[in-house]
Amino acid sequence: MASAALALEDGTVYVGESFGATGTVSGEVCFNTSMTGYQEILTDPSYRGQILTMTAAEIGNYGINAEDVESGRLQMAGFVVRSASRIASNFTSTGTLHDYLAAAGVVGIQGIDTRALVRKLRSQGVMTGVLSSEIHDHKQLVAMASSAESLVGRDMVREVMPEAARDWSDKLDAWSEPLPQPSIGGELPPAAAEKPLKHVVALDYGMKWNIARHLASRNCRVTVLPGSASADEVLALSPDGVFLSNGPGDPEPLTYAVETVRGLVGKLPIFGICLGHQLLAQACGAKTFKLKFGHRGGNQPVMDLSTGTVEITSQNHGFAVEEESLPADLEVTHRNLNDGTIEGLRHRTLPAASVQYHPEAAAGPHDSAYLFDRFRAMLDAV
Amino acid sequence: MVVSQLMPRRDDLHTILLIGSGPIVIGQACEFDYSGTQACKALREDGYRVVLVNSNPATIMTDPGTADRTYIEPLTWQALEKVIEVEKPDAILPTLGGQTGLNLAMDLARRGILEKHGVEMIGANAEVIARAEERELFKATMEKCGLETCRGRTVKSLAEAREVLAEIGLPAVIRPSFTLGGSGSGVAFNKGDFDAKVQRGLDLSPVGEVLVEESILGWKEYEMEVMRDADDNTVIICAIENFDPCGIHTGDSITIAPAMTLTDRQYQRMRDASFAVIRAIGVETGGSNIQFAVHPETGRMIVIEMNPRVSRSSALASKATGFPIAKIAAKLAVGWRLHELPNDITQKTKACFEPSIDYVVVKVPRFAFEKFPEADSRLTTQMKSVGETMAIGRTFKEAFQKALRGLEVGAFGFGSDGKDLWGTPHQPSLDEIKARVAVADPDRVWYLRYALKAGLSMDELYEITQIDRWFLDQLAQIVEIEEQVRAVGTLAGLGEPLLRKAKQAGFSDRQLATMLSVSELDVRETRLRLGVVATYKAVDTCAAEFEAETPYFYSTWESEDEVPAKAPGKKRVMILGGGPNRIGQGIEFDYCCCHASFALREMGIESVMVNSNPETVSTDYDTSDLLFFEPLTCEDVLNIADRVKPDGVIVQLGGQTPLNLARALASAGLPIIGTTVDTIEMAEDREKFRDLLDRLSLKQPASGIAKTLEQARREVARIGYPSLVRPSFVLGGRAMEICYDQAQFERYVAEAFAVAQGQPVLIDRFLEDAIECDVDCICDGEQVIIAGVMEHIEEAGVHSGDSACAIPPHSLSPELVAEIKKAASAMAKSLGVVGLMNVQFAVKKEDGEPQIYVIEANPRASRTVPFVAKATGLPVAKVAVKAMAGLTLAEQGVTADPQPAHVSVKESVFPFVKFAGVDIVLGPEMRSTGEVMGVSDNFSMAFAKGQLAAGTTLPESGTIFLSVAREQAKEAMVDIARRLQTLGFDLIATSGTARTLSAAGITVGVVKKLQEGHPNLIDFLIDGRVQLIMNTPRGKGARTDEGRIRAASVMHGVPCITTLPAAEAVVRAMEAQREMPLSVQAIQDRFPGVASANG
Repeated sequence: MASAALALEDGTVYVGESFGATGTVSGEVCFNTSMTGYQEILTDPSYRGQILTMTAAEIGNYGINAEDVESGRLQMAGFVVRSASRIASNFTSTGTLHDYLAAAGVVGIQGIDTRALVRKLRSQGVMTGVLSSEIHDHKQLVAMASSAESLVGRDMVREVMPEAARDWSDKLDAWSEPLPQPSIGGELPPAAAEKPLKHVVALDYGMKWNIARHLASRNCRVTVLPGSASADEVLALSPDGVFLSNGPGDPEPLTYAVETVRGLVGKLPIFGICLGHQLLAQACGAKTFKLKFGHRGGNQPVMDLSTGTVEITSQNHGFAVEEESLPADLEVTHRNLNDGTIEGLRHRTLPAASVQYHPEAAAGPHDSAYLFDRFRAMLDAV
Repeated sequence: MVVSQLMPRRDDLHTILLIGSGPIVIGQACEFDYSGTQACKALREDGYRVVLVNSNPATIMTDPGTADRTYIEPLTWQALEKVIEVEKPDAILPTLGGQTGLNLAMDLARRGILEKHGVEMIGANAEVIARAEERELFKATMEKCGLETCRGRTVKSLAEAREVLAEIGLPAVIRPSFTLGGSGSGVAFNKGDFDAKVQRGLDLSPVGEVLVEESILGWKEYEMEVMRDADDNTVIICAIENFDPCGIHTGDSITIAPAMTLTDRQYQRMRDASFAVIRAIGVETGGSNIQFAVHPETGRMIVIEMNPRVSRSSALASKATGFPIAKIAAKLAVGWRLHELPNDITQKTKACFEPSIDYVVVKVPRFAFEKFPEADSRLTTQMKSVGETMAIGRTFKEAFQKALRGLEVGAFGFGSDGKDLWGTPHQPSLDEIKARVAVADPDRVWYLRYALKAGLSMDELYEITQIDRWFLDQLAQIVEIEEQVRAVGTLAGLGEPLLRKAKQAGFSDRQLATMLSVSELDVRETRLRLGVVATYKAVDTCAAEFEAETPYFYSTWESEDEVPAKAPGKKRVMILGGGPNRIGQGIEFDYCCCHASFALREMGIESVMVNSNPETVSTDYDTSDLLFFEPLTCEDVLNIADRVKPDGVIVQLGGQTPLNLARALASAGLPIIGTTVDTIEMAEDREKFRDLLDRLSLKQPASGIAKTLEQARREVARIGYPSLVRPSFVLGGRAMEICYDQAQFERYVAEAFAVAQGQPVLIDRFLEDAIECDVDCICDGEQVIIAGVMEHIEEAGVHSGDSACAIPPHSLSPELVAEIKKAASAMAKSLGVVGLMNVQFAVKKEDGEPQIYVIEANPRASRTVPFVAKATGLPVAKVAVKAMAGLTLAEQGVTADPQPAHVSVKESVFPFVKFAGVDIVLGPEMRSTGEVMGVSDNFSMAFAKGQLAAGTTLPESGTIFLSVAREQAKEAMVDIARRLQTLGFDLIATSGTARTLSAAGITVGVVKKLQEGHPNLIDFLIDGRVQLIMNTPRGKGARTDEGRIRAASVMHGVPCITTLPAAEAVVRAMEAQREMPLSVQAIQDRFPGVASANG
């Protein structure tokens, strides 16, 4: 088995086995604690340019399939696992993880002490790194890692957003529709009456497809616009509401997107997720900051402050909205129970709300799907 | 930080009643001591007064310091009602005492006792429990909320069952309602089989109901551990995937955490479904276990069942993730919400999250079929394993191999060890391999390897076994690495990369040594020279996302180690635990290990626990200062010692497991504390031991030792019959038999040599009709305390672990007891024991004078240590550990033998109901799984309570069958019969015994012997026309008439007494029950003032 090495800017080098594509890539090294859903994670555009470590030990077991896809291509630079399965075992699978990564040009490494790596990132913060199956000179790799470009201040949305507008009509299928939850005794809530069709413009900064599926499943006609679209372009379509998607990297340099959102707040109901949440906050006057090692995983507890109940959420963000910078107009609606950071915001007077995490799940728990219902209610209230 | 209105604990509750799970039986083991102990601590921490009832003395939860009020009393509704009357609890928490606790709480609810005394059920109320436990109600609830269950329904008769079969077809699953561990469950493949299983299920079910449903054999099986709080916050703690597909009880399956072969969508659907189940059933707070089956080709998902309580799997999930399910369940039951409770492991985060794990956990069940050769060893939906071991590794391969060596069955991984048949003359043929992998039994796992070695294709193996291909591929990878190592052929040629690769795949030094024909130590030396050393990683609930405060570790072979350095000035002592439960080694030894930790903590010494049993209190992360969840092999222990640098190692508390390692560990330079290894071995060395007894003028039955069959024959000729034959260095009387003649001797000596595995076989003169005594004592090297003298009820020859016994002795004279104590004391001093010693004596009348014989001495903790502690109030194990750590008995203030003011009886509990057809007669081979304790002012009542606690319902009226084999015993039987008649019972007997009784003027009915036709005793049993059997054996075995009668009595739930002394005790007990009502007493009242000392 060919070897590969992962070098960090602090000089640490991990040597393991190459899998997936061969080559050399650089990027921010981060980790994700989800125990399932590597294919959705690999296809999540928010990971653009990153080298991601899965903390779960055995990855690739169920192979890859045609359904667990969250965007048109794999955006990640490198993929780090403790142990990659050489076979795919699931009735849905169409191939192995290795072949999938190789075909998509994602460089992989396995067999390294991923826990040691995660402990380093946790205590020292995320850092840049180089993953290579070709270069075996550790000094050279470390030098490359130290000079690799950081995410901070970089506009990565332009690298992942669609080039043109398109319509979205796919709904959730039976396998991804959250199961209805009964009351004691087993009684299910009555099926909601079909609501009238609404038109939503989704500003795509690197949107996960399951978001659009959730909107479509709530009888929304979704027009997907590139994240660079202006407020006028959105308003020209006379939608009933606007959705601000997730996306990669630092929200700070995305002044054009903030401008667009600012032009829409108060004019249409707005719902944002992840980067969309940060853009809405910025548009309302708040600032963002970089977290030490981010939130990436499927087990982050978040409290809905309006009900006091806790939902287990899917998360993927390296930046967050700064508490001190919040303008009076914004109200915190959700908080992370681990570190107390802001997970959800609402405009006090205007129909605009957002969450830092991923209610569309994929991968992750379905606990937060209700947020799409709240958005739908905002559309219906207009 | 978090804006939320705190909803603190309920302050309308003051006293909370907890019910334990009683004796260790198949399906209910140490896990409920673990969960109950956690619950007690959690509730007391919140200021509640906790009242605990449990009949099992060998538990940490029944230590006087665990609960506020502790009742070691029979788990019957009558005893519970008495406790409720005295303690007036506000609430009962029914979900932490296993199925026993749950059933008992339901019984109290149904009888209106809870309502009458104003006791609220918290966690789950009666309605909720019924919805989860009553199959039809459960299925209907599932259907209502849109989840699928197996097609089929509950029936009350065979005719009805046949109707269901017509709808669902064969194979069909049969499950009796309300039985423990799935007792009586099975899969029927043909109509005859179906009828038999339905009939048996109807008999076994306390409500006469069985569920008949479609088979899901071969489907993938999963378990979800769910927690819910009063605010409906619901989380999954762990998803467990079964290696063995559906059709095998999950307790008997190899299981893996986290789930390995589900996509995220498939997993999230199962998560959604789990939440739907717990909400529909309505478990308000606490943990539940929900089992699912998934069709491997379509993903169709079926809910198999749910347990609305903490379970064996939740204990496993707690150990697998670091999330203390039982503790949190107790807190939620009194009103806390998940996000208000801290995650102990990280301290900084809250308990409201879902653990993420960055390792793989494998659990492997441990079986005891060698004890029940007549039992069917095929695994079914009825649980048959007696214990389990868990292993943690960074990959499946590593965890799997570690678990196999942690099983302690002579294997050191997945083959390539002393147990491996491959490459030997016994290597199985391809046909045999195919046949063996098709049948799930305890040995299938070894045949999976042979199949891979024999080149069976993955598809073929999958077709035969339905084990997921991912698992099969992992096994194939292990075999590939094995073959790479074998191809190199020499240790010198191995090289660091392949050595590391093999270690990372879980290969032990022993396996490598076997493959490379070198010694285990050679491998170790080479390994250390090449820098291939074990590193230890923390179990932290969060995949390293947050810092872990709790030091709970497992080994792997990577770059970074997380074990904290020894604090300056602190000493560290390592305690070696007992590994998986088995018959003869179980919770009693875990109890001792826990007490070692408590004692060391009191002395300011850091305790380091090493154990591989996930059920136990010892593997709770807050029992010791450091916990290593590791197999108990020489290599694994030395690797830990390399890292923690212990100042002492305790080997005398974990049963035979650590003792078997003691010599090797001492040779490797580990500082064994307490009694030296030389002394431990000396007590096992027949000649040295005889010399010692001679010096002390103590008698021993004639004995000999043989290394060969020839020698054995010479020895038995010298010693004479009856003689007792057994292998040395084996606990629990494995392959121990009494031989009355040459023919029996030849048969049993061969078995003993087979079990001895190269160690010698011991032959003793057997003392017939002697009274046996056990003595547990503590010695600090100078002074001796006799903690307890136990007189056995059954005569010598019945294994001490199977015999009932009493403290203080009930028939021996005070002079004789004093002499026994003196003898034990002299032995302890002469041997130089530091710590515990157990001595077995036999008292035999010779020429009218009682003579004391020493049977054996074991300078280590015995199975009776916790019973003695509970009977006397002396924290025996703690005192012994402090002595080992250097505090003299005088320094501890322990200067006089305890003198209990009441009588305590220990009674044994057997697993016969799980092994249909097995003869239950007692002998020198131990077969009990657990024990209970009965306490009263007098022996008769204490014995009666012991019987009640053991589940033996002594009748108050009806018919008793008497049968006595030996001529000289008939006189004693006449006395028993007369007293039974006085109590108003009708007596029946077969012609021989009937003649004797009639001659003595006793009225007795005659019943036919089995070979005389019908109606015979078995017909009486089937018809419920006999309530008690007293049958002392003439012969043994399931094929004899007596054996069939005894086996039938088990199946029909009629108590069967098999020894004369026990029959006498039973009569006394029945007489006592007539005269006085059952009374209960808290242990804190028996021993005022010890609670704080005996924490």
